[in-house]
Amino acid sequence: MAAVPIEDRGLLARLWGNQETRSVIVQIATMAIVFALLALVLRNVAINLEAIGKEFSFDFLTAPAAYDITFSPFIDYTSRDTHFTAAAVGILNTLLVAVCGIAAASVLGVTMGILRLSRNWLVNRIVYVFLEFTRNVPVLLHILLVHGIVVTTLPPPRRAIDLGGTAFVSNRGFFAPSPVFEEGSGIVAAVFVIAVVAALAFRRWAKRVQVETGKIYSVFWICTAIIGGATAVAFLALGAPLSWDLPALKGFNFQGGLALRPEFLALWLALSYYTACFIAEIVRAGILAVSHGQTEAAYALGLRPNRNLQLVVLPQALRIIVPPLVSQYLNLTKNSSLAIAIGYMDIVATIGGISLMQTGKEMETMLIVLGVYLVFSLLISAFMNWFNRSIRYKER
Amino acid sequence: MKATIHNALALTLMLALASVARAGTLEDVQARGVLNCVVSTGVAGFAYPDDAGEWHGFDVDFCRATAAAVLGDPKAIKAVTSTGKTRFTLLNAGEGDVLWRNTTITFSRDVGVKLRFHGVNYYDGQGFMVPKALGVSSAKELDGASVCIQTGTTTELNLADYFHSNGMKYEAVTIETNDEARQNYLAGRCDVYTTDASGLAATRSTFTNPDDHVVLPEIISKEPLGPATRHGDDQWSDIVTWVLNATVTAEEKGVTSANVDEMRSSSKDPEVLRLLGAEGNQGAELGLEADWAYNIIKSVGNYGEIFERNIGVNTPIGLARGLNALWTDGGLQYSPPFR
Repeated sequence: MAAVPIEDRGLLARLWGNQETRSVIVQIATMAIVFALLALVLRNVAINLEAIGKEFSFDFLTAPAAYDITFSPFIDYTSRDTHFTAAAVGILNTLLVAVCGIAAASVLGVTMGILRLSRNWLVNRIVYVFLEFTRNVPVLLHILLVHGIVVTTLPPPRRAIDLGGTAFVSNRGFFAPSPVFEEGSGIVAAVFVIAVVAALAFRRWAKRVQVETGKIYSVFWICTAIIGGATAVAFLALGAPLSWDLPALKGFNFQGGLALRPEFLALWLALSYYTACFIAEIVRAGILAVSHGQTEAAYALGLRPNRNLQLVVLPQALRIIVPPLVSQYLNLTKNSSLAIAIGYMDIVATIGGISLMQTGKEMETMLIVLGVYLVFSLLISAFMNWFNRSIRYKER
Repeated sequence: MKATIHNALALTLMLALASVARAGTLEDVQARGVLNCVVSTGVAGFAYPDDAGEWHGFDVDFCRATAAAVLGDPKAIKAVTSTGKTRFTLLNAGEGDVLWRNTTITFSRDVGVKLRFHGVNYYDGQGFMVPKALGVSSAKELDGASVCIQTGTTTELNLADYFHSNGMKYEAVTIETNDEARQNYLAGRCDVYTTDASGLAATRSTFTNPDDHVVLPEIISKEPLGPATRHGDDQWSDIVTWVLNATVTAEEKGVTSANVDEMRSSSKDPEVLRLLGAEGNQGAELGLEADWAYNIIKSVGNYGEIFERNIGVNTPIGLARGLNALWTDGGLQYSPPFR
């Protein structure tokens, strides 16, 4: 049977036959389905909330939360504060563990990534085994493991391990002296800031000298000397305006000082070393991806191994490392929602947990939690994209 | 729990996707042939699965009583486990037909969370448990202590109020389930475990050395525990209300699982005859069989039997009837008449 000539088919068939219009039709149909599903969900929400007589409203945020949050390092929170304040405490706690976790995971990850490339067989294998063990066990178990170790193996406060009478280790956490800033410490801080600015200026100048004359200063040591020296001189000249608030056992617990609670400690450590293992592999891959010819060329120019790593290998490796690193940072931030398993009061535990329960506002509280994670993730992405652009190979 | 945020999201989604809540819970249950009860994840004596996965306990028996009334079969239940945090969402999303889960009746839950409560099956109050070795004899001495507490409960709020009003400070160690609280308490993460006094007794009974721990004398709150259902189904609400009342009335009238057959055929008391369906048509008015209450008593027993079997003085939990004695014995258990 002969094919029907295209002009003889119906209009729709002809549109469908055209590749461009077909792709437009498919896109319109897909969008229509997506919006129809969305509309169905929203309609269902409205009807179901109506059926059980619930109203969609965020008014509960201004009512007293009535529950206590012990771990609130930034806000002076009491049970008389509002749900909104409780949410703020939770957000800050999430932020704290995310920032600390990202910092620790980066340092640990880069270190392990480089050790993994070590020619020392033992070091190489130890890191390898640790990486494989850690990466292949769910992060929740790591969190529970660290928490379990801290809580069950360390002694109770009355028999706490005493580190020279100033710091204590117990199953209620690590307690260290906290600094108390006295009169004059503001001047020391100002001197410190000035010293940092001076060190940065020196670094610029040293770089220019190097470009112009080839003379190399040991910038790192000189900067350290400027900052450390100036601050120390100011500190001593003002009669050491700093004292320490020592933790002491009063009644059931240690009071005063700086406290690292087991919940924070467990979440922070577990998230850090778990994420660090992924970062280590990314770093290793990034370094290995830099052609060995680059290193050989650097050696041929007479660069020492450290300089080679610093000037030739790492700048090229970073371009490969940064994009996957972003998703690890995002993972760490999102994994911090596992905090509730051990009772760390993050955003999920406060507004998405207790407030949800006490007010019965599932939709509203979950929308807040979703919004917070979305904003955090987008901020991290935006920052890392900016960083990625700044280290990108600049074509001239 | 990895599951936690996922759970919360899933629950939210459930609200979004669940078919529109309908009034006919009774028809749904009868068509399904199984009653879905929201229960706890495990509290000794109140709701716990045995080695074979079969659920037992005080709350579970009331769930079985409901199934016996509605389906004629106390075994036709499915336990929908819930943490303190997920229970109401599960109920409101239609995952459970009725909630029998040591749940305190409060204004905000009744009005704000939009639940219907149907009487009190256990009068409770919040207490504190501490290791004897601490040498504490009153809750007033707990200033500065670390307190283990289950999240999403009324106890969390009572605790904050109690310490606030007494000018004391504490470290709240927030835990999701009774089991985790137990582990943290025994490991010494906290000095005190606080929950309803019945829960403390139940938890203490599972310790290797229960005598090393003491429940402090202070009871800091009223915790009337009772069953709940969703708004919007009055017939179903009536059924749950009268299932509880039937067990209490049966105890008051001396009807037990042992003598229920005899009582039905030979009792002279018209209320007993009405209760057991030998007279009148109360079953039909509820939309149930005439022998609905007979089935409850025959298979599960009256209130006193349920109490003594699961949590009474002869069980490891060892709770006295106390406030939960019948009103005729100086307690608070009091059922409106079957008339």
